[in-house]
Amino acid sequence: MSFKILSKKQLSENVFQLDVEAPLVARSRKAGQFVIVSVDEDAGERIPLTIAGADPQKGSIRLIFQRVGKATAQMADLHEADALGYIAGPLGQPTHIQKFGSVVCVGGGIGNAPLLPIATALKEADNQIISILGARNQELLILEDEFKKISDELIVVTDDGSYGRKALVTEPLKEICSRDSKPDCAITIGPAVMMKFCCETTKGFNVPTQVSLNTIMVDGTGMCGGCRVEVGGQTKFVCVDGPEFDGHQVNFEQMMKRMSAYKALEQKALEKYRDHKCKIGLK
Amino acid sequence: MDAQEKMLNELIKKQQADELKAKDRYEIPAQDMPAQDGIKRRSNMNEVALGYTETQARLEAMRCLQCKNAPCVEGCPVRIRIRDFVVAIAEGNNEEAISIIKHNSLLPAVCGRVCPQEVQCQEYCTVGKKFKDPEKSVSIGRLERYVADLAKEGDEVPGVALPTGKKVAIIGSGPGGIVVAADVRRAGHEVTIFEAFHKPGGVMVYGIPEFRLPKSIVQEEIDVLKKMGVELICNFIVGRTRTIEQLMTEDGFDAVYVGVGAGLPKFMNIEGEHLVGVYSANEYLTRANLMKAYQFGKGADTPIAVSKNVAVLGGGNVAMDSARMAVRLGAENVYLVYRRSEKEMPARVEEVHHAKEEGVQFCTLQNPKRILGDDQGNVVGMECLKYELGEPDDSGRRRPVAIEGSEFEIDVDTVIVAIGNGANPLIQQTTPGLEFNKWGNIVVDENCKTSLQGVYAGGDIVLGAATVILAMGQGRIAAAAINQYLHG
Ligand SMILES: Cc1cc2nc3c(=O)[nH]c(=O)nc-3n(C[C@H](O)[C@H](O)[C@H](O)COP(=O)(O)OP(=O)(O)OC[C@H]3O[C@@H](n4cnc5c(N)ncnc54)[C@H](O)[C@@H]3O)c2cc1C
Ligand code: SF4
Ligand code: FES
Repeated sequence: MSFKILSKKQLSENVFQLDVEAPLVARSRKAGQFVIVSVDEDAGERIPLTIAGADPQKGSIRLIFQRVGKATAQMADLHEADALGYIAGPLGQPTHIQKFGSVVCVGGGIGNAPLLPIATALKEADNQIISILGARNQELLILEDEFKKISDELIVVTDDGSYGRKALVTEPLKEICSRDSKPDCAITIGPAVMMKFCCETTKGFNVPTQVSLNTIMVDGTGMCGGCRVEVGGQTKFVCVDGPEFDGHQVNFEQMMKRMSAYKALEQKALEKYRDHKCKIGLK
Repeated sequence: MDAQEKMLNELIKKQQADELKAKDRYEIPAQDMPAQDGIKRRSNMNEVALGYTETQARLEAMRCLQCKNAPCVEGCPVRIRIRDFVVAIAEGNNEEAISIIKHNSLLPAVCGRVCPQEVQCQEYCTVGKKFKDPEKSVSIGRLERYVADLAKEGDEVPGVALPTGKKVAIIGSGPGGIVVAADVRRAGHEVTIFEAFHKPGGVMVYGIPEFRLPKSIVQEEIDVLKKMGVELICNFIVGRTRTIEQLMTEDGFDAVYVGVGAGLPKFMNIEGEHLVGVYSANEYLTRANLMKAYQFGKGADTPIAVSKNVAVLGGGNVAMDSARMAVRLGAENVYLVYRRSEKEMPARVEEVHHAKEEGVQFCTLQNPKRILGDDQGNVVGMECLKYELGEPDDSGRRRPVAIEGSEFEIDVDTVIVAIGNGANPLIQQTTPGLEFNKWGNIVVDENCKTSLQGVYAGGDIVLGAATVILAMGQGRIAAAAINQYLHG
């Protein structure tokens, strides 16, 4: 299997979209599932990425990722016709899709990417979709057009007001929850702090809220326990029990601490990679 | 000529004149395993045990009394004709020795290194009994390793029967899967191994460290399979990428062997287990071995904690491997915290010796009560309780009982939990009709056949966390049953 990159697109300064050959995954994946990707077959890091879309006919899947550490920086430097080291999946439990009525979909930053296939599947199941998309600024906002197509109502907010409303996503979320006909449920995907505050907001209104967690992973098959989080006081493995959970039960504080476990080490590795690139004359 | 060689020459003369008596054999000193220096190896990943020299191997083999009833064979899970292969080595006939072993075991270079011989063949050995010390038994495992390593170079590829047109899927590339693949392929069936990880070998590559079982040995076995025409597909998670049912009904597989291992780490369920710096042994070892985290920033991208003081919880092989890995990753103090006494430790004796030589500090009759963290969520210590041994429990081992009020704290920044593995639920969740017991292990009959037609299983997913040799033994039984099923 070759995992060839069929097309590459830069969505914002640090966000990239790849369509990659992975016929088996394309055939069996469902909304909400993810894959483990590595740039290098031998010593590359195993990166979990939600599948942002798939084309079973072409045998390709769409991956959208943010350049944060060395491994993702290296992936961002690949071009069309290059190949990834490997892709394993699909992993995790698919999103439970049914007709709920009206669903608020809240996406923040890169979280819009995993949210899109879920919102699309919910739309296809005849739900009314209210989407709230947030970004730090206009340049970092991704997939607005795609969301426009499937949303009955779309609200865009930016932190600095450079586009849409100047607000955090929780502001419109609160307004929607206060409407006479409050939404039947909510789903939110984005940075951990954002999901945490969204859950706090919806909890007050008793709106059931799903979150999709992106903890640190190694195998992605339940073997290592590195991805564990506390949900409702119990230990759960995000890769096999999730990635989606009842957001009102998730211990976000703890999760955020675990997610920063390797920050310092990763920073060093990234600097070293950039340094190396400079030396060999790459941009 | 050194003293050892001289001794050997004299013994050979006696042997040839048929004058080698039991008394002479008892007088041959048990041969120690040459090993890398205890201090030096703290900072490298190379194999610790270096293997017998030719002289040593022959001397050790001559210690064998050639018992008529060969009780050692009784202790071997796959009933290798131990006496016969040891006699062959004593006579300098190494090729015959390896062919005798290969008759029952397909992975002698692995088993010679990792089998718990002291509770298998060597426990039964007459020589050990005579000296009332199992460590004085004939070193059967070391001899097995010796001939296996000699043979490796010229390893020939086993013959494959004419194609039968039947297809067999093997799920998991651990020792069980490897053995089934070889035996089923030999019968002429088409064989595909599906492996979830990006590298084949199962626990032998992601769990057991290089310093105990070099990866190249496992890779050689995989290469032999490939030469036999076995197809290997990595990054394929059965249950997710395709289900067993899809493999059988849509993809044309006539039989399936499930060898997915144990692979669901247990935690203690104590306070503080979610802190940064607490690992399951599986995670710690996978990062270090498979992902080569010891080369982080020097070619490998997977990080691992940079630790000063490490506590490893448990007393089995997995705990020893974790502790010795922590030493190699640069920890200053590594504590092995175990709630029973050293006598009850399930780890191989050799690993216990090696761990001590490398400076691992054994804290027996202790158990953590909670793990302590700072406000950043990092481990800063562990509160433990002292234990004493009470009445024997179901397993026959004396039950450890906490001593009330004996709490004390130790200063650690990393905690590795190595208290065992449960069964990974993925196959159970995705295979309707497949019968499991209450612990999540697959139920099989004496032929390793499951409740589903054409589906066989073995190894840790059936036995619970067990051993390489038991997985291999079940693999052979399952392969024979599959061959018969496809033939009939
Ligand atoms: C650290 C450690 C040290 C050990 N030391 C010893 C020792 O010294 N001596 C000894 O005898 N035993 C030892 N053991 C135990 C021994 O390794 C196991 O009993 C043995 O490997 C089990 O073999 P298995 O065939 O069941 O498969 P495993 O070796 O467990 O391999 C299973 C394989 O299946 C793959 N897999 C799982 N799920 C799927 C899926 N859904 N689809 C595709 N592939 C899948 C896994 O990735 C894995 O590669 C040790 C174990 C560990 C963890
Ligand atoms: S029991 Fe010991 S002495 Fe007897 S045949 Fe076996 S290895 Fe030799
Ligand atoms: S990533 Fe290893 S158990 Fe989830």
